Amino acid sequence: MQITPSNLGSYVALAAMLVATVGCNGGSKPTASGEGGGSSSGELVKLQGSGASFPALLYASWFKTYSDEHKNVQVDYQSVGSGAGVSAVIDGTVDFGASDAAMTEEEMAKVERGVQLLPMTAGAIVIAYNLEGVSELKLSREAYAGIFLKEITKWNDPKIASTNEGVELPDADINVIVRSDSSGTTFNFTQHMAAISEKFKSDVGVNKAPNWPVGTKSKGNEGVTTSLKQTPGSIGYVEFGFADKAKLSMASLENKSGKFIKPSIESAQAALAAVEFPPSLIAFLPDPEGDESWPIVTYTWIIAYKTYDDSAKVEAFKDLIKYCLTTGQESSEPLGYIPLPEAVTSKVTAALDNISAK
Amino acid sequence: MAYIVLQITWKASPAIQEYGAGFLTGRTWDPNTSEFGILPEIWGTLYSSLLALFIGSFFGIAVAVFLSEGYLGNFVFNVLKLFGLQFHKFWGKLPSWSESTLKNLVELLAAIPSVVYGLWGIFVVMPLLREPCNWLHENMGWFPIFGTRYQGPGMLTASFVLAIMILPTISAISRDALVAVPPKLREASYGLGATRWETILSVVLPTASGGIFGGIVLAFGRALGETMALAMLVGNMNTIEISIFSPANTLAALLANNFSEAGSDEMKVGVLMYAGVVLMAITLVVNIFGALILQRATAGLKGMR
Repeated sequence: MQITPSNLGSYVALAAMLVATVGCNGGSKPTASGEGGGSSSGELVKLQGSGASFPALLYASWFKTYSDEHKNVQVDYQSVGSGAGVSAVIDGTVDFGASDAAMTEEEMAKVERGVQLLPMTAGAIVIAYNLEGVSELKLSREAYAGIFLKEITKWNDPKIASTNEGVELPDADINVIVRSDSSGTTFNFTQHMAAISEKFKSDVGVNKAPNWPVGTKSKGNEGVTTSLKQTPGSIGYVEFGFADKAKLSMASLENKSGKFIKPSIESAQAALAAVEFPPSLIAFLPDPEGDESWPIVTYTWIIAYKTYDDSAKVEAFKDLIKYCLTTGQESSEPLGYIPLPEAVTSKVTAALDNISAK
Repeated sequence: MAYIVLQITWKASPAIQEYGAGFLTGRTWDPNTSEFGILPEIWGTLYSSLLALFIGSFFGIAVAVFLSEGYLGNFVFNVLKLFGLQFHKFWGKLPSWSESTLKNLVELLAAIPSVVYGLWGIFVVMPLLREPCNWLHENMGWFPIFGTRYQGPGMLTASFVLAIMILPTISAISRDALVAVPPKLREASYGLGATRWETILSVVLPTASGGIFGGIVLAFGRALGETMALAMLVGNMNTIEISIFSPANTLAALLANNFSEAGSDEMKVGVLMYAGVVLMAITLVVNIFGALILQRATAGLKGMR
């Protein structure tokens, strides 16, 4: 297999997967640029974060740009999955975590220092597939729930065929790919599935790591994207940006109003328009209303502690978040994420006051 | 070593008390309902390792024979002849340094990180195996080991890559064992009129079988514990299937996939440690078994040395 621009995306995703698989590399890299350049203070501040792979593409871009502009701050982010991110926050092994399943009350209670959740961006979860010759696929709610429940196992099943007239569907097995790690993407996906299918709710349930009745498992959004790219006849759920970057075909899904919607930043934005954040800044949309709404959307959060030992760290962290909420939002759309509306960013900025040094 | 075993068993003890032997026969792994069973993983671990051993031993021993019995010299002689360079054929065996260089090259396979093998499996092996495997399934699907369609990640992909990973262990040790066979035995065999292959198959290989077997047992140990490449290739699905094309799971892959999330939950860590203890036990049994057979094999050959 040769490297072409069209499959470059999966290689990039794979490189990210490598980083995630190899795990935490906390090794201290001496920065040569610390002395000279435009750095205001000589002291190097290191921020370590880990968690969700869903926003990993965006976070990697933010943190890199920020570190380039602020030579005295070094931000490391490991895309290890939301479940691992939350565990890392509870264990106190990181400076901040990230999760797109937010945190449960129970999990928050385990952190003595207290946590502040900060919604950073939002995204759409899409159902991507790899089926030669089929570039457009419409899936009804019944169809995609059926696929992930192992009720529909062939591509030419009448339930798929009925909404895809004129599309030649092969008589082949559907190879479902799900996540192997504890994942916020899975959490949001199952939350949506449970909202549209009673059977899914009772058989699989809403969970970061459910007991899937079907599917081979890959690690992270990166892993699922690569598997989809490499396996003809496969289908799986990934964050929009990953599917877009890897040039995967994405299915149009039936939304709450019964319309088939193409995944796009606009349709996801339409879905998120109605969200009102409570003071905790945690809100989910299992099945958004609206004719133009993409049905599976979610916010994703950075999890900060309420108190830190080191005041320099707090300063750097707050500055980093402010940067992400302002300049950073501009790079959301090109990477396949949804920029936060003004009303939300101001709330998040205000919430930064809850974070302080001891 | 004892400390490690003790520590792991200690951490596993709450899970051992809670789940007991049912852990070994259960088929579900669902952290949400706290239902844990590792029978599919035990099956997958043994099946994938044996399959890998089957492929790996064949090629490993072939490589060892090639490197130790002077076939390299023949090969070089024939290649040069193709280019019109003809030497006198006294060159039947190349100087030993050239063979040991090649042996070292094969051993370099062992230095490639596991993740790289995983990537290689995804990008090279899977597309390569897809066509022939689907052909096998369509034409010989009645045969249980070809019973499911080849999807990509699964037992065969994992075992194939695993076979390459254990190849250096088998070939290096086998070559050493073959080289150690006394030249007198070969000469005697030729003297009786045996051909080269007859000598290799009925004299040299049986004499070196103890050493070769030792290499295979070591390789088996490695195959059982191999983690990252398998987690990327085996499909991580808790099923027990005879078909070599179906996705499966192994103990090591299970540990790799779940450990980062187990976090501070004592019971979750416990069940993973319990799975680790089981894996250790399997490896131990394999090694003891191997050592015993090795002992018997070498005892039988003592007189020949």
